[in-house]
Amino acid sequence: MERELKYVDMVEQPISMHPKKFALWLFMVTVVMVFAALTSAYIVRQSEGNWLEYDLPEIFYFTSGLVVASSIFLQWGYFSAKKDNLISLRVAISLAVVFGIAFLVGQWYSWVALVDREVFFVGNPAGSFLYVFTGLHALHLISGVIFLIVVLISTFKYKVHSQSMNTMEMATTYWHFLGGLWLYLFMFLLLNH
Amino acid sequence: MATASIANHDTAHDAHEHEHHDNFVTKYIFSTDHKMIGKQFLVTGIFWAVIGGFLSILFRLQLGFPDMSLEWLRPLLGGWIDETGKLDPTFYLALVTMHGTIMVFFVLTAGLSGTFSNFLIPLQIGARDMASGFMNMLSYWFFFLSSVIMFISLFIPTGPAGGGWVVYPPLSALEQAIPGSGMGMTLWLVAMTFFIASSLLGGINYITTVINLRTKGMSFSRLPLTIWAFFLTAVIGLLSFPVLFAAALLLVFDRSFGTSFYLSDIYIGGEALPNTGGSPVLYQHLFWFLGHPEVYIVLLPALGITSEIIATNSRKPIFGYKAMIISMLGITILSFIVWAHHMFVSGMNPFLGSIFMFLTLIIAVPSAVKVFNYLTTLWRGNLVFTPGMLFSIGLVSFFISGGLTGIFLGNSAIDIQLHDTYFVVAHFHLVMGSASFFGLMAGVYHWFPKMFGRMMDARLGYVHFWATFVGVYMVFFPMHYIGIAGFPRRYYSWTNFAFSDMYTDLNMFVSVAAIITFGAQFIFLFNFFYSMYRGRKASLNPWRSNTLEWTTPLHPEHGNWPGEIPAVYRWPYDYSKPGAEEDFIPQTVPLSETPESNLPHEQEQVKIELEIMKDEDEVLVPNESES
Repeated sequence: MERELKYVDMVEQPISMHPKKFALWLFMVTVVMVFAALTSAYIVRQSEGNWLEYDLPEIFYFTSGLVVASSIFLQWGYFSAKKDNLISLRVAISLAVVFGIAFLVGQWYSWVALVDREVFFVGNPAGSFLYVFTGLHALHLISGVIFLIVVLISTFKYKVHSQSMNTMEMATTYWHFLGGLWLYLFMFLLLNH
Repeated sequence: MATASIANHDTAHDAHEHEHHDNFVTKYIFSTDHKMIGKQFLVTGIFWAVIGGFLSILFRLQLGFPDMSLEWLRPLLGGWIDETGKLDPTFYLALVTMHGTIMVFFVLTAGLSGTFSNFLIPLQIGARDMASGFMNMLSYWFFFLSSVIMFISLFIPTGPAGGGWVVYPPLSALEQAIPGSGMGMTLWLVAMTFFIASSLLGGINYITTVINLRTKGMSFSRLPLTIWAFFLTAVIGLLSFPVLFAAALLLVFDRSFGTSFYLSDIYIGGEALPNTGGSPVLYQHLFWFLGHPEVYIVLLPALGITSEIIATNSRKPIFGYKAMIISMLGITILSFIVWAHHMFVSGMNPFLGSIFMFLTLIIAVPSAVKVFNYLTTLWRGNLVFTPGMLFSIGLVSFFISGGLTGIFLGNSAIDIQLHDTYFVVAHFHLVMGSASFFGLMAGVYHWFPKMFGRMMDARLGYVHFWATFVGVYMVFFPMHYIGIAGFPRRYYSWTNFAFSDMYTDLNMFVSVAAIITFGAQFIFLFNFFYSMYRGRKASLNPWRSNTLEWTTPLHPEHGNWPGEIPAVYRWPYDYSKPGAEEDFIPQTVPLSETPESNLPHEQEQVKIELEIMKDEDEVLVPNESES
């Protein structure tokens, strides 16, 4: 009887996600839309011809590795937080931050590499698009790094533990999302340049 | 499953804590109360509507009375009136640009969606406040900042942006093109960036609130159609505004950093510009990917408001509740795959044009379903002609007359003839501009008692309605003929060509009608501000309506309900239910209390309902106890 009651009258229950976490997902949707717009603009523009051909900086392979490693560290931190292992949680977040910053530095060197092969921000859109993709992604990644540092500080105030996983979950989701976004952009560039 | 309800109670708790130490600044300026934020959006929207309307009067003077001396406007416009007493042609372009921008974004997006989504979502779904009051406050203040920047741009020496509200490059990308592409355009882009941020913050909040914070029993199939409309509007905004951001970002790079996303092979004064390899059509694609959904961002809230008001004042259930929801969903999805019908003459592949024509014409189906449902709701209802009701019926009228011309314009073969003529101007001012404006007005008249605890004067409302309704048709109906005759929009003067010379009288008529219609809005302004302080005290449920907002106190505090949030037991449209004593049964009345009017399947639900109510004392959240 109880079971029937639940499904007949109160047909739908509000979903159980925390509102802030849900809002983060919606924010990620907007970021997806920005990059969807930019990458489709890239394809549309490319199909019109007059397109500068150049080799992608090889450092992208290296930075992609860094961003994946950083995500793995943060996932480790997430599991540690779930087990209330605060020491390894702090180490994990710190490593994720360090690898995140290393990624940003690597992206900077990709610009240096581009300039070396005479692909500039001002010039053929083929090059300009690459600067916009990497630059805008880097801006988002900086916001992610700041988020991680905030979480790191709150671990020292004992605010992240197995009973209080909200911020940690949000940070992990956002960080994986940004890493995934980079991998998407890199794959996209490999396939469409 | 219990997390949601716990979160719910947390917010409730927060709300109570804040209530006690509200000072002037936290109550009226940096408020996190959704009701105050809604009112802030409304007042700012009204301010912009007056400015946007006034700008249109200025260019209507030029169009209707090309020989008139505008010397008397010099104290206001200064150098924009030249020595001969005529309006400066480049300023004319800036006027139409700013009129469009202000009306589409600042009045009908922020002023309509911002006001009613904020005000009504928590009240009608039974929530204490938005999911994040702080983000909500931020949303208003980003909008305010954007407003300030756009307002400043009206007064700079080179004038505001002048490339049309769509700001197509290369016109908008090159400072040398027109004065309006200089500083004015830069400020336009900055203002729009803040506007996008504001819309996204608002939209994220609306969606989260509707999904997470509904009161007990408020399933999606019991949501008022207003909430459905606001929800889908927010979804559209969330998906389309980021694309406008991307388009604007590339435009900023082209303008200020010398990139060539949209610029290629341009000669100015015989000199070639260094930009090569850009594509102006790319901008059009990106822009209209927002631009077309934007039409529905503007229109859907008005349609939602209308559904609610027409059902209430016809004293009948809305005809085809499910059909209304499905057609709104249909419009939402279709709005994203029709954008290129704005670009039939852009040099796009004609085959692509045919596809977009086909998709565009499909939108007529859900639109017609909605119109049909409005008319059948009105049919043989006990109509109560409140001002809100009149404006809602006015909306339906504009939606029909403007929608019909949409079918013509959606056909690429006819659009090639009519593109960028006054026919288009007439079309979208009726179907989108006036219809949404009437939805906004209907909403203000209808929910004024809830906003300010007083009634607006109905007689002034009737005068306002008839003057505006007749006025709008007087203004926009003749424009169809001017457009069919081939006169293009955004042109400064009519009298320089023989073919358009013959329409001088008609234009004079349009301009006079526009001035009268604009004048009639001051009746509303007086009524609005006077009633806010001196209006008749409202009763708790002046329209005898079913929805939850009318169960709050006359002046709801932050937190909306003094005690527990009421639970919901039925859909919001139980008007004139056979057998019932009154002609309305609020959503909070359990089915078990109305055995005389219950339908057979509802009688079945009564048993279940009683079980739940019995359990209520024992378990905190009965339906979530098991899962």
